[in-house]
Amino acid sequence: MTEQYTSDEMMTITAARALNNNSTCFVGIGLPSAAANLARLTHAPDITLIYESGTIETKPQVLPLSIGDGELCESALTTVSVPEMFRYWLQGGHIDVGFLGTAQVDRYGNINTTVIAASHKESGSDGTHSYAHPKVRLPGGGGAPEISTNAKEVIITVRHSKRTFVKDVDFITTLGFGRDGNGRKGKSTLGKGPTLVISDLCILKPEAETNELIVVSLHPGVSQQQVIEATGWDIRFAETLQTTNEPTTSEISVLRELKRVTEAAHNQTENV
Amino acid sequence: MTLFTTLSKAIENGVKDGDIVALEGFTHLIPFAAGHEIIRQGRRKLTLVRMTPDLIYDQLVGAGCVSKLVFSWGGNPGVGSLHRVRDAIENGYPAPLQIEEHSHAAMANAYEAGAAGLPMAVFRGYVGSDLQHVNPNIKTVACPFTGEELAAVPAIKPDVGIIHAQKADRAGNVLIEGILGVQKEVVLSSRHSIVTVEEIVDDLEAGPNSCVLPAWTINAIATVPFGAKPSYTHGYYPRDNSYYKKWDSISRERKPFLKWLDKEIFQGGE
Repeated sequence: MTEQYTSDEMMTITAARALNNNSTCFVGIGLPSAAANLARLTHAPDITLIYESGTIETKPQVLPLSIGDGELCESALTTVSVPEMFRYWLQGGHIDVGFLGTAQVDRYGNINTTVIAASHKESGSDGTHSYAHPKVRLPGGGGAPEISTNAKEVIITVRHSKRTFVKDVDFITTLGFGRDGNGRKGKSTLGKGPTLVISDLCILKPEAETNELIVVSLHPGVSQQQVIEATGWDIRFAETLQTTNEPTTSEISVLRELKRVTEAAHNQTENV
Repeated sequence: MTLFTTLSKAIENGVKDGDIVALEGFTHLIPFAAGHEIIRQGRRKLTLVRMTPDLIYDQLVGAGCVSKLVFSWGGNPGVGSLHRVRDAIENGYPAPLQIEEHSHAAMANAYEAGAAGLPMAVFRGYVGSDLQHVNPNIKTVACPFTGEELAAVPAIKPDVGIIHAQKADRAGNVLIEGILGVQKEVVLSSRHSIVTVEEIVDDLEAGPNSCVLPAWTINAIATVPFGAKPSYTHGYYPRDNSYYKKWDSISRERKPFLKWLDKEIFQGGE
């Protein structure tokens, strides 16, 4: 019997487990950053973490609040310029896994971090309607559009709700498999795209033929009905549906310690 | 030799109404003091270019200096929205704000193209992204050798590029250490460049591969200790994360923002 844990901890720990010790991972800020560093502090001590601010092989003791915190640079093997990062290291094909968070993800793994639309057009739109009629203006693409296409594969982690898991994103900031699931077909220079989506309820994978996301594993104690109710399309479940392994006591304690030191560091008052 | 000057003279001589101005610094070395001086001098109708418009552009937009923003990620990192930028986009307050939106890869490439004297940047990007449908400056070109379709964006060539750095030597050569962002590119791509530094030293003590901008690439240098606060200067002071969090409540509504503007910028002075 492991100790009690929250669904957020379950998500972060599951996302951390998806990374392996030998991979080179381009890390987004927020949930992916927490999971990637948890992986490094538990089962994947040799994982190479790269942030878009140019830090290569970084080993932060405290999770960064921004993508360019000094901690990332000070604990890195080397730091390159941002053009070099995007041109040589990402576009040049040196990244195994792009690890991204998002505000919205749809059934084909497309990511929207640009606008939530005030009014919806039918699926297949090109985003111009949403862009002109935003209800919520989000930060924008940042590194994600090219991380998703130039990394060999992409892992997405996001909390599960009808607002985040939508049938069609209002705006494709970052390509998953496009509006019809065929957005990467015939494009040999692109990576595989999203191979895993990890939420606080379950693990999803793109189905072999259609590239539509289906649930392959439910987190302990989560019912199919819960996932159905939290998903904005008619979500399907794999025939051999797994149950995700519970977090270990050690994973939970390492994650909590990481959060604790991070919180303390970010709330410190001016020290200069 | 007018390379060394004060911040107020550097802005007065360098930045004109209507200019395209890039204040860069990727989280690190953000030239806050220079941005504040632009606000104090009341510049208007600027086109501001910046990969990550964070607090500094929220302040410039909220103060009414800006008519267009070119960017690739606009937010208060790890905290939330830029409320003053949103108010300008959504309500035209205090002035209407046009936006031109890119990805980081596009802007990094466009700065590099500007530094390299090319008219455009070519890269493998924007595939399947709707950004190309809302930004007419995103186009494609076919590789003449392989036929591959690649993204193309115009080079960024600001009228004025402004950065903060650790130090300059007495000849005006500038050393940048830590997260480099596009600091070198923005200075080389701009028609006029302004650099604020923490200090002037006798010897930069730069290694052979250090990021050094020779004095002759820079038009004005001003010594401004803590010129990047609440951003940080590697080796000098850390990022004031608590201030970034506090900015959310200062900027959320117009009134507290205007109070801040009056107290910290106009009353506070340089």
